[in-house]
Amino acid sequence: MEPLIQIEHMSHGYMMGGQRMPILQDISLTVHKGEFVAIIGPSGSGKSTLMNMIGCLDLSNSGDYRLDGHNVRKLSDNRLARIRNEKIGFIFQSFNLLPKLSAVENVELPLIYRGLSHRERKARAIQALQQVGLEERMHHRPNQLSGGQQQRVAIARALAGDPPLLLADEPTGALDTNTGREVMHMIKGLHAQGHTIILITHDLDIADQAKRVVRIQNGLLTEDRRNEA
Amino acid sequence: MIFFQSIRMALLSIIGNKIRSFLTMLGIIIGVSSVILIVSLGLSFNNQVTDQFGDLGTDLLSVNIFGYGAVTSMTPEEVNDLGHIPGVGGVSPTITGSVTAKNRNRNTDTNVEGVLPAYEYVKDFHVQRGRFLLNIDNQYRQKVALIGSETATKLFGMQDPVGRDIRLNGDTFTIVGLLKAKGDSLMGSNDNKILIPLATAERFLQTKGIQSFEVKARNPQNIPAIKEQLQQVLTAKIGDPSGFDIFDAQAMIQSAEKTTALLSASLAGIAGISLIVGGIGIMNIMIVSVNERTREIGIRKAIGAKKGNILLQFMIESIFLSTLGGSFGIGTGLGLVWIAGHFTPFQIQYAWSMVAISFAFSFIIGVLFGIIPANKAARLRPIHALRTD
Repeated sequence: MEPLIQIEHMSHGYMMGGQRMPILQDISLTVHKGEFVAIIGPSGSGKSTLMNMIGCLDLSNSGDYRLDGHNVRKLSDNRLARIRNEKIGFIFQSFNLLPKLSAVENVELPLIYRGLSHRERKARAIQALQQVGLEERMHHRPNQLSGGQQQRVAIARALAGDPPLLLADEPTGALDTNTGREVMHMIKGLHAQGHTIILITHDLDIADQAKRVVRIQNGLLTEDRRNEA
Repeated sequence: MIFFQSIRMALLSIIGNKIRSFLTMLGIIIGVSSVILIVSLGLSFNNQVTDQFGDLGTDLLSVNIFGYGAVTSMTPEEVNDLGHIPGVGGVSPTITGSVTAKNRNRNTDTNVEGVLPAYEYVKDFHVQRGRFLLNIDNQYRQKVALIGSETATKLFGMQDPVGRDIRLNGDTFTIVGLLKAKGDSLMGSNDNKILIPLATAERFLQTKGIQSFEVKARNPQNIPAIKEQLQQVLTAKIGDPSGFDIFDAQAMIQSAEKTTALLSASLAGIAGISLIVGGIGIMNIMIVSVNERTREIGIRKAIGAKKGNILLQFMIESIFLSTLGGSFGIGTGLGLVWIAGHFTPFQIQYAWSMVAISFAFSFIIGVLFGIIPANKAARLRPIHALRTD
């Protein structure tokens, strides 16, 4: 079976003062369906850039990236937007909900861009909110919800489009310990249901809850181990 | 579907910044309302002018002989001869004076005009009771009179004046007819006057010769040709083209229309410039809005919005701002026109064509001045947009 993510010899950098500053150096990474991978590394290690590449938000200078059978480097901006919409559910550190929209409208957003009918959107959004236990708050605005609830709305938004990959960038970074634990519990639950999850963090305790840990340091992949929990 | 969502988002964003949106629209509101006000007033004024000159008759030429030089007047016979000019339907000479008219203890100052029976046809001015002046009245210098409706009310109240006697500067005249009410024209009241036979007037007002007469064309189209003929005949008779004047209502209407059209076009042009300034205001605020919402754009792009989706959203917002401003402007403009109609004697005319044009124009402004900000938003790269706070 083809892996969900296949990164080969990916390098990325930018020019500064006539010198090339490497950010990612010759990264190769394969992730199969159903895996739960944590990418760890200190800030400045290049893990955020790697996440942007995996999330199709940016294209690398060199190397190959195949996501669910698509060669991402060869796609136009609009095709990339479609890949992000259909293949990836983003969970951000700062939630990134739209403040003017209610919870259910935020969850509907990716489905709008997918072009689903109003009725189907509504049904799937409500179902996703039920999954995170927030269907009673569906008409609340983000500022009427606690941090943990906002992150659960964001998770529901990631789930609503039923993408093969959930990409979480420091999902507990903006939460206190207890709510962070709740959110992690929920992410583990999603993994148990069969979702493929890639989680970016600098927190080793969080990373240890994943089945596989990949360490990035100075743009190099330095460690790739499996947790035997 | 995305279209409706975009409209909704545009509305939310406009409502979310009420004061800012209002100030942004203000330029368009002022521009559109002044265009509508100016063009409506111009149109109303034009109609007013056309009506008033039209009341004088577009098939009439009024001739005045000024009374300097060798020949200062014409005889009634000479004036009558002008009826032979091709296309002329009738000629009506007039001698005018002022008198004090008296009925027992009531009196009023009024104009008296000595006229011929042709007056009825030329001026299209008829009696409502009694009879008009006849040739025989003129021939025998009868002291008979027609009385205007307003003068009749002043002297006789509600009583029927026909058959009664009045005294004009001490001479007794018998009223044989009551004129129809005609209202006011540029030349003054039509209803506050007394008509007597021309020959009677010559003696009564101690005036010899005609200095004022009107020529009626059978068809308004003949007026320019008749005017030319008249010009030649009168120049030959009087010897000097500046010794007389031929007033032509048609020509007056045309020149007045030209003037007001030019005036309202230039004023509307200035107002149109303010519309463009308003459009720049919209562009400015849209750029601010794009900058403020960089993060929102990043989020939308991350979860799958294409360039076109973002472009559409911001274009709709800009078009919404400008057409909403345009609609407010139309409302304000029509309101101002209505108020102007209440406080001026004008019969007000709403410039409906301008309402449609301004709406279309404000729509176009929304499109034109929305393109740059919307394009800026659509071209933001998601990672840069997401990194912004």
